Amino acid sequence: MVTLNVNGRSVQVDADPDTPLLWAIRDHVGLTGTKYGCGIAQCGACTVHIDGQAVRSCALPLSAVEESQKIVTIEGLSPDGNHPLQVAWRALDVPQCGFCQSGMLMAAAALLTQKPRPTDEEINEAVTNICRCGTYSRVRAGIRQAAEGGISG
Amino acid sequence: MTTLNALRPSRRGLLKGAAGAVLLGFHLPSRQAAAQGASAASPPELNAWVVVHPDDRVVLRMAKTEMGQGVRTGLAQMFAEEMHCDWSKLSTEYVTPGQSLARSRVWGNFLTAGSQGIRSSQEIVRKGGAAARMMLIQAAATRWGVPAAECSAKDSVITHAGSGRTLRYAEVVAEAARLTPPADVLLKDPGQWTVIGRPIARLDTADKTTGKQVYGQDLRMPGMLVAVPRRCPVFGGTVRSFDAAAVSGRPGVRHVLKVGDSAVAVVADTFWQAKTALDALPVEWDTGENSRVSSETISAMLDEGLTAREAFIGNQQGDARAAIAGATRRIEATYSYPYQNHAPMEPMNATVVWTPERCDVWCPTQNGEAALAAAAQAAGLPQTACDIHRVDLGGGFGRRTVHDWLADAVLIARQVPGTPIKTMWTREEDMVQGRYHPVTKCRLVAGLDAENRIVGLHMRISGQSILATAFPGGLQNGRDPVQFQGLNPSGAESAIGYTFPNLLIDHAMRNPHVPAHFWRGVNHNQNAIYLECFLDEVAHATNQDPLALRRSLMANHPKHLAVLNAVAERIGWGTPAPAGIHRGIAQQMGFGSYVAAAAEVSVDRGELKVHRIVAATDCGHAVNPRQIEMQVEGSFVYGLSAMLYGACTVKDGAIEQTNFDTYNVMRLGEMPKVETIILPSGGFWGGVGEPTIMVAAPAVLNAVFAATGRRIRDMPLGDQLRQPG
Repeated sequence: MVTLNVNGRSVQVDADPDTPLLWAIRDHVGLTGTKYGCGIAQCGACTVHIDGQAVRSCALPLSAVEESQKIVTIEGLSPDGNHPLQVAWRALDVPQCGFCQSGMLMAAAALLTQKPRPTDEEINEAVTNICRCGTYSRVRAGIRQAAEGGISG
Repeated sequence: MTTLNALRPSRRGLLKGAAGAVLLGFHLPSRQAAAQGASAASPPELNAWVVVHPDDRVVLRMAKTEMGQGVRTGLAQMFAEEMHCDWSKLSTEYVTPGQSLARSRVWGNFLTAGSQGIRSSQEIVRKGGAAARMMLIQAAATRWGVPAAECSAKDSVITHAGSGRTLRYAEVVAEAARLTPPADVLLKDPGQWTVIGRPIARLDTADKTTGKQVYGQDLRMPGMLVAVPRRCPVFGGTVRSFDAAAVSGRPGVRHVLKVGDSAVAVVADTFWQAKTALDALPVEWDTGENSRVSSETISAMLDEGLTAREAFIGNQQGDARAAIAGATRRIEATYSYPYQNHAPMEPMNATVVWTPERCDVWCPTQNGEAALAAAAQAAGLPQTACDIHRVDLGGGFGRRTVHDWLADAVLIARQVPGTPIKTMWTREEDMVQGRYHPVTKCRLVAGLDAENRIVGLHMRISGQSILATAFPGGLQNGRDPVQFQGLNPSGAESAIGYTFPNLLIDHAMRNPHVPAHFWRGVNHNQNAIYLECFLDEVAHATNQDPLALRRSLMANHPKHLAVLNAVAERIGWGTPAPAGIHRGIAQQMGFGSYVAAAAEVSVDRGELKVHRIVAATDCGHAVNPRQIEMQVEGSFVYGLSAMLYGACTVKDGAIEQTNFDTYNVMRLGEMPKVETIILPSGGFWGGVGEPTIMVAAPAVLNAVFAATGRRIRDMPLGDQLRQPG
């Protein structure tokens, strides 16, 4: 039994310690907004925050997660779906199929927390998630819009 | 079994569990209510397309599938244009192919592919909306005792002009539903449109920003188990043996199964348990003859076709061979295009409940009807005892028009009767069990006269036919007409944009064992590279401007020329580019639309950077300019990913690339600035989701030549620019 802090809630997970955090979140905690895309930390669809850092949860075993670490998933990004990035995403119609967008948003949110006014280069380095529909232009525009609108933290 | 026999998804489709997990909600509608469509939960339908609820919500029923391309919003716009309903209260729901089958296919063709979502359903959906409006107005007019002609409707409110009286749609829907649908429905002229043509925001964005959007991967049902399958990695191979006992005692493992002749699967409580048990499962495959095939043997097979005597003719004008033989000068080149995986972000999956009496499937599919046929066959049941309940796709790109994964999911569920089984492919399985972009080569020969005019062009394509694998019934005396996309002599779908005095385009069909399939952009992707890059070669070899050469061949093709001119003007063709920047240009017609692109690139010590792309589209009628922009931007990502990185190679009969570490795709940092020009010339309905892909690669490759003098003829680009020329 492993104890995780997910979106401010303490949850008990009865899973093998080798189980990647992604599957604990999806199959044990029951939050399915975080996606499985590749399983080898390549695509970023599984991105969550651990203590504010963007982490690809598909390749991180539960044994490497501390009980004290604060995990935030897309469901916990904002209480009401109005994180500045979420607002910008809706204003610009960023998603297409949407499958990668939880990860995109989490990667972008971690970036803005650390760099409230990121340069294009910083966006390129921080958001390496794969989108096959090709939303990259709008992802960049959404980050810029959220940054210009100001973001706390 | 009788309970499961009546399982249906609830009208709301999906319910949220207390813990945030997604549960499929079931209800058991009374047969009478279902037959009449008249329970409290389901108000009477006005026609097959629409239900108006007492609270004014209007629900449009969809046969097409949303996979990110925006068809949900586009269809809703076309419907609302004619129904005059309140846009803010309009939503959509999927109909099932089983429902359609029971009603003589009232919703038409479910296939969502070929950039057909809008254009193949625009008439039937607009007429559905217009008929609903006419019935609602008639019902109000009857209640008021006035002629319907004196009444009009706007935002779901009917007004009688003379008296100023009003009624909401919801107030007269019961009476309207009893009326005989109008025999003749007059649609608006495009000049009257107020909803079609507007850049309206998508209907489905919000849930995709909060994690609430439910994909097939996310489905949950009470008592559900998860299956992870593995097929023989060599196509055509079979299972010789496997040692179930080696893994059956692992935690959570419930079943270790053979699936058909060629796959195995582990069924467990969770994905991770099933996946890790499958990884540990000893399996022996009988790989058969195909294990001797490699990329090298396939290449040799295609090389032979390049000069073979026999070939299917796709376009023949005059006598190209004679013209080339008598020409002053010959220019020739050979190009190649590899296998590529669709690689949608969501790996294949399907959730199935099978009993001896009934089979229900919940899955993302681009073709509900084909999914139903595949499910019924695998289930050993008639189609009337099966149904497909769709969820939005985490990407399709053509992969989800074929249902090998669904059939296997049913074969797995069939071995665990009555238990919901979610079959999930790993990314690795998705990569090696694809239905790939076909492999081809092309040899082009141009004959020029003394003034460097092209007097004859022969374009010999050698390689794989999609139809031969995917739809043999579509072959015409062995010839695959789809092979010649963008090269056809005429037609409203994919006609060549040039007139040559003598032309021969032919295809030597060579079909390796790797299954080929429709892949976003389809055969346009290589055909456009072959023709547009080769014309560029001819222009440079003869000191002609690539744009001027094209224009000299396009007098008979004004729509092709219009988009080409538009991008040339916007990119500043003929004016100096910024320092270090070089330009390339390309055009083609496909999926009923005319597109062109102009690219600006730089190459620094072998590193290609695409700075800017201007793209023009003439899709006839532009339903939603914002959606078109999104599709154009996305098309460059898909098309340039293919050009830069996309290659699946074959070793010992199997695909070598197993994940995104070996099958790379474009990332955000590589995304050029894209400027979209929409030039809707009216009078026709062209597709949008795919056409721009076909000009992405040739425009950039032509710019690469301008930058480096290197002509890239073998896709993908890979590290060719870093190698010595």
